[in-house]
Amino acid sequence: MLKRTVPARDGKTLPLLDVQNLTVEFQTRRGVVRAVEQVNLTVAKSETVGIVGESGSGKSVTSYAVMRILDRAGRIVDGTVIFSGMNLRTAAETEMRDMRGREISMIFQNPRAALNPIRKIGKQIEDVLLQHAQVDTYQVSEKAVEMLNLVRIARPRERYHAYPFELSGGMCQRVVIALALACKPQLLIADEPTTGLDVTTQKAVMDLVVELTQQRGMSTILITHDLGLAAAYCDRVVVMEKGHIVETADSDAIFKDPAHPYTRKLMRATPRLGVSLRELLPEDQGERAKAAPLVKETVPKDALLFVENLVKEYPRQGGGPVLGRLFGKRPLPESENFRAVDGITFSIARGESVGLVGESGCGKSTTSMMVMRLIEKSAGSIIFDGEDIGKFPARHFAKLPMRKRIQMVFQDPTDSLNPRFTAARAIADPLLRLAEMPRRQLRACCEELAQQVGLPLELLDRFPHQLSGGQKARVGIARAIALKPDLIILDEPTAALDVSVQAIVLNLLQDLKDSLGISYLFVSHDLNVVRLLCNRVIVMRAGKIVEEGPTKRVLAKPQAEYTRDLLAAIPHPPL
Amino acid sequence: MNESATIISQAAAVVLKRQRNSMLRHARYVVSENPVTGFAFTLFVLIALCALIGPYVVPYNPLASDTTVTLKPPSLEHWFGTDQLGRDIFSRVVVATRLDFVIALASVALVFAMGGFAGVAAGYFGGWTDRIVSRIADTIMAFPLFVLAMGIVAALGNTVTNIVIATAIINFPLYARVARAEANVRREAGFVQAARLSGNGEFRIPLMHILPNIMPIMMVQISLTMGYAILNAAGLSFIGLGVRPPTPEWGIMVAEGAANIISGEWWIALFPGAALMLAVFCFNLLGDGLRDLVDPQRRT
Repeated sequence: MLKRTVPARDGKTLPLLDVQNLTVEFQTRRGVVRAVEQVNLTVAKSETVGIVGESGSGKSVTSYAVMRILDRAGRIVDGTVIFSGMNLRTAAETEMRDMRGREISMIFQNPRAALNPIRKIGKQIEDVLLQHAQVDTYQVSEKAVEMLNLVRIARPRERYHAYPFELSGGMCQRVVIALALACKPQLLIADEPTTGLDVTTQKAVMDLVVELTQQRGMSTILITHDLGLAAAYCDRVVVMEKGHIVETADSDAIFKDPAHPYTRKLMRATPRLGVSLRELLPEDQGERAKAAPLVKETVPKDALLFVENLVKEYPRQGGGPVLGRLFGKRPLPESENFRAVDGITFSIARGESVGLVGESGCGKSTTSMMVMRLIEKSAGSIIFDGEDIGKFPARHFAKLPMRKRIQMVFQDPTDSLNPRFTAARAIADPLLRLAEMPRRQLRACCEELAQQVGLPLELLDRFPHQLSGGQKARVGIARAIALKPDLIILDEPTAALDVSVQAIVLNLLQDLKDSLGISYLFVSHDLNVVRLLCNRVIVMRAGKIVEEGPTKRVLAKPQAEYTRDLLAAIPHPPL
Repeated sequence: MNESATIISQAAAVVLKRQRNSMLRHARYVVSENPVTGFAFTLFVLIALCALIGPYVVPYNPLASDTTVTLKPPSLEHWFGTDQLGRDIFSRVVVATRLDFVIALASVALVFAMGGFAGVAAGYFGGWTDRIVSRIADTIMAFPLFVLAMGIVAALGNTVTNIVIATAIINFPLYARVARAEANVRREAGFVQAARLSGNGEFRIPLMHILPNIMPIMMVQISLTMGYAILNAAGLSFIGLGVRPPTPEWGIMVAEGAANIISGEWWIALFPGAALMLAVFCFNLLGDGLRDLVDPQRRT
């Protein structure tokens, strides 16, 4: 990892950014909420500082306050923000506009949302350069190409004319980095810069950011929820909880010897090599950790699901036949269909949990949707408990009795709950439709399920937006187990959750499996998480299975090149 | 911004312990938060009151002519003055509220049922359903809408029912298109997939899962078309279609008074015109408030 030494802080050299007693309040309907309270933060010249915390800890709000881009309800009520001798809190808006982009710039979480979708990327870089009068109009396009080259976009001259939708997520993030660095700012604030990206892309992007900022002697604030990432790339780490800074230390020290209980809790909850599922839970639940069994190695041979030569094809996009005919163009040579899933074969035994791992676009979600009978397959067979369920059209499957036996937990707990249904109504939906349970029994059944997934009963009458992420995940799981299915597909069930919540949800899933004897197909991009829950793992790439085997063997001795790359890209806290 | 939003919603969720009376409290909050919404709701209540009890409280019979007091300007006796037949304009304006209100409500209810269902079906099912619904909407949009309404009323016959039908038909594309777009976005949403897994059929999903979720947007549409529907009904009456004299109706009254403006009797057209304007104004302002009322996300 690229890491630079911290310049000596001898008291004479002023820090580049000095935040003292920063307090930010939000005006809400139910009164004033303090999002950030008495935060002190200094960033020295050419230092990388990580701000780590879970959602709601105030880490983003702090950086927004520094940039003075809080939304209207937010207000800095106390404290000073000194950036190279200038007080940003009292600076005029016109001065701030000059500072943003030229002196302090920012990389946002979602690169696609940060780029203007209908403007060429080269033009967008030019806009920034011209805005801050960095170059004259004659050289500006040359400079933009140079920036694209700098962030290692291949064929920069062609890509100059590309629109954001034509680029992958990683490429878009590179463009955003080019935008942020175009005016040679002194401070870069990266707000979860790699959260939406695959692990291998994440590594490439982070290496690039560190290398470029290092070359230019820039300071960086890296905001992240991922302790491993912060440890790998930061000189100093600041841990925030509920608007307060609970710990500040050099990154090596903080992982070896975390002082604050919250930091310890976070570290415990981070999945990493050589740690079992139970060990992720907070220390006070340690007894349970010993009592509960770990993932079993022996697996019953009785196959529950058998998938053979499964294929999903989509027609290739672009230059439709009508336009082609109109302009007399010949069809493109590669006009055959695009294979999202390309003839895969696997099986899941009763009571087994299988991990399906791969990067975005590898076809893992398409596979799960086909097995789920939510989309049609193009070819192949899906045998569930001896019956070919692939032969029923997806749209009729909802009414078949087989529907009860295969359920799913979705990736985004917010998106998968109807905003107008209360938690109880959401859990009751499958019971009403498929189990035809009389209405007077529903409530009791919902309460029982809520207890099973550890959802407090008083939350049952709330709407999804009144629940936290972890609570919503529990509602989703309760809905999936309501019908006592044989197979549950878990589609990245913890991707949208904080690490401490993830630890609890993963343990819950394991407990449910042990008590109900369900089989899981765990779809994920994160090998570290899959390892905790699965007996066997399948690695997919570009629609094909590249490796398959017992989890332990695949992680210890990966055979495919691709699996090795995946494993190497995961940032680990130095433990 | 995401983070601040979660903080706000979490804080709000913590404070909110009880669900009881939340709708009422929510209504009070929506009204008090935005004074314009408050004003619009007050106006709406006033109009609704006029429509409900107006005919029983007005000082004069709106149809009784009195030749001794023709064309009198506003006075304490006749607040809005009298017309060429000596009818009290104030009484007529108040009594007319019911008819105009009912026409507007009925036509909006009708078009909401037609356009809402057709649009949701088009957006959810796609394919041929979508093509048929969209082309019907396009066809209607191709006509000048007021002329189309005139044609429908002239062809079907000069009755209040036909005004309602004509107004509903010309508003159909607005509803169908909004509902179609909103349903289309939600077609592949996680909660729709989840509903499929729960065994909801292909008709239950658009009706029970998608339609309730697009209500906030439809509410804005409803309030906007309410104003338009009143204007449309009055317009049709103004040119002599639909409601016939001597029935008190704002459009007819403006038409009747228009000729007298030149000779100085401005009050005959002005007061019904002002009532019409206030009603349209009120419904247009109501939109935002109504959306906030039916949106569960706002009810924290």
